[in-house]
Amino acid sequence: MRLVDIAFGNIRRRKSKASLVVMGLALGVATAVALIAANQAMHYEIGTKLDEYGANIVVVPKTQQFSLSYGGITVPGVTVGTPEFSEDILAKINSIEQKDSLNVIAPKLVGVAKVQDQPVLLVGVRFDAELKMKKWWSLQGKRPSSPMEIILGSEVAWRLGKHPGEQLDLEGTRMDVAAVLAPTGGQEDYLIFADLARVQSMLGKPGRLTFVEVSAYCNTCPIEEIVSQISASAPEAKVTALKQSVQARADMVRRFNAFAVAVSAIVLLAGGMAVFTTMLSSVNERTREIGIFRAIGYRRFHIFYIMLSEAAFLSFISGVLGYLSGLVLARIVTARVVESSIQAPWDPALIGIALGLATAVGMIAGAYPAWRASRIDPAEALRFI
Amino acid sequence: MDLIILDNISKKYRAGDEEVTALHPTSLRIAEGDFVAVVGPSGSGKSTLLSILGAMNSPSGGRLIVDDIDVYSLSDESRADFRREYVGFVFQHLQLIPYLTARENVMLPLAITGLGRKEQLGMADRALESVGLKGKESRLPNELSGGEQQRVAIARAIVNNPPILLADEPTGNLDTRTGESIMATFSKLRNEGRTIVMVTHNPDNCRWATRVLEMVDGRLTD
Repeated sequence: MRLVDIAFGNIRRRKSKASLVVMGLALGVATAVALIAANQAMHYEIGTKLDEYGANIVVVPKTQQFSLSYGGITVPGVTVGTPEFSEDILAKINSIEQKDSLNVIAPKLVGVAKVQDQPVLLVGVRFDAELKMKKWWSLQGKRPSSPMEIILGSEVAWRLGKHPGEQLDLEGTRMDVAAVLAPTGGQEDYLIFADLARVQSMLGKPGRLTFVEVSAYCNTCPIEEIVSQISASAPEAKVTALKQSVQARADMVRRFNAFAVAVSAIVLLAGGMAVFTTMLSSVNERTREIGIFRAIGYRRFHIFYIMLSEAAFLSFISGVLGYLSGLVLARIVTARVVESSIQAPWDPALIGIALGLATAVGMIAGAYPAWRASRIDPAEALRFI
Repeated sequence: MDLIILDNISKKYRAGDEEVTALHPTSLRIAEGDFVAVVGPSGSGKSTLLSILGAMNSPSGGRLIVDDIDVYSLSDESRADFRREYVGFVFQHLQLIPYLTARENVMLPLAITGLGRKEQLGMADRALESVGLKGKESRLPNELSGGEQQRVAIARAIVNNPPILLADEPTGNLDTRTGESIMATFSKLRNEGRTIVMVTHNPDNCRWATRVLEMVDGRLTD
């Protein structure tokens, strides 16, 4: 007979209490596992979704001039010609080693056009790329489907009194207003977006571009790596990572991780409390039994060992059950709640974490009751005083 | 030869603001092989004396010497070792661990000795056989009668062969016939060389003892 046999014997006898401990802790472990597994599964997806949301790299022509605008304000009277580069830049961007990490490449040509005798900033874009990148754009009207269709910024549409479906004379060409952009609060509100090739032709700048916005996936490689590859491929261009968007993505993923950790910690703490209270009440119920052990000659350590073995065994079982149910939960959550196609996988590291966490929490929570049990005075326990 | 020496042992405890003397200064010598019965009314201090003899209840004054060991000069853990080596306890009731079989209950003192399972089983079965419980080794306490449970407790008390057996009202919960049979078992153990100190309020049990002490209001008289 070993001391652990006594621990197992007590667990067998007090099945309902043991089940309570296991359920409490398993629930905590299951929640932690579900969040971690779901987090792992969604990590890539969240990152990818964020990467697809707007540009994270801007490619502009190299220039010797200082920027004369800030926050959308351009200093009047000192504006000099806008630098441009050739459309060949697109092929160069597309030829980098990490080209598979490029999600959307959106070239633009910016120029001034006269509409109803008013100068308006005209932006030539490829609508398919532009609308894929600017997912937050809300169009009143329809997506442009021909080179003769344009999108008006909300402010421009209001000033010109134009609505979707109407026509507009742009540099002598009748263009159809396909849609008006809902107010964004940004520079887009003051712009007219038209087909790139049409704008190049209107402005007499065939094959020229003002800048290129790139949306890259930075899950698989750091954004700096892509920037440096584009720079090397297109020396005429200045390539800049939009730190803000990269940082926002990192922040979002980090916050999600922190949330998962915080919720896991809270639920595990609750599980630990279940172990603690159940073990403590068990110690109170077993005072006489512990007195008998002490009378027989058991040292305090032996009592502590028996009680902690119980906590460790129950915690281990909780870890196993918690991992299995947490994995099932993670798969349900990722598939049905967040509608992710990525399934939480079997993960040996996570199994280790679940068992380790459960056992650690259970043993920490069981340590005090075990210590208290070991301090029980045998004479008092057996009512000799 | 004296195995147990109580040298001016006393016990006081506090009950609220009041100090109660459970055992007045008492000196006593118990020889090896004695079967001592301590009789007296409830609350007279019999059980306090027994717990002091069993190294479980530190006295307020005096010394307990067993086999030349000053028991209460030992640390708490060393006293646990002392109990394991020198003392077997038999209590009045609720002394078996309910989720362990008779055999496992008897094996309890052996679980901390480092003996192998086979050896432990052999010793437990021999102890159970010596108290007449052969064939009931696998029964749980609630499957045994009161007398059988008491025998299991005796088997547990003697399984590691301690020289001293301390019994607190061992027949208190039993009918007369079963009580007699338990006393006969004690007598047999005494004949095998054990020193027994038994607390009882049943005068009939005294005829099995070699020496009877009376305890009244915390004072012991021979």
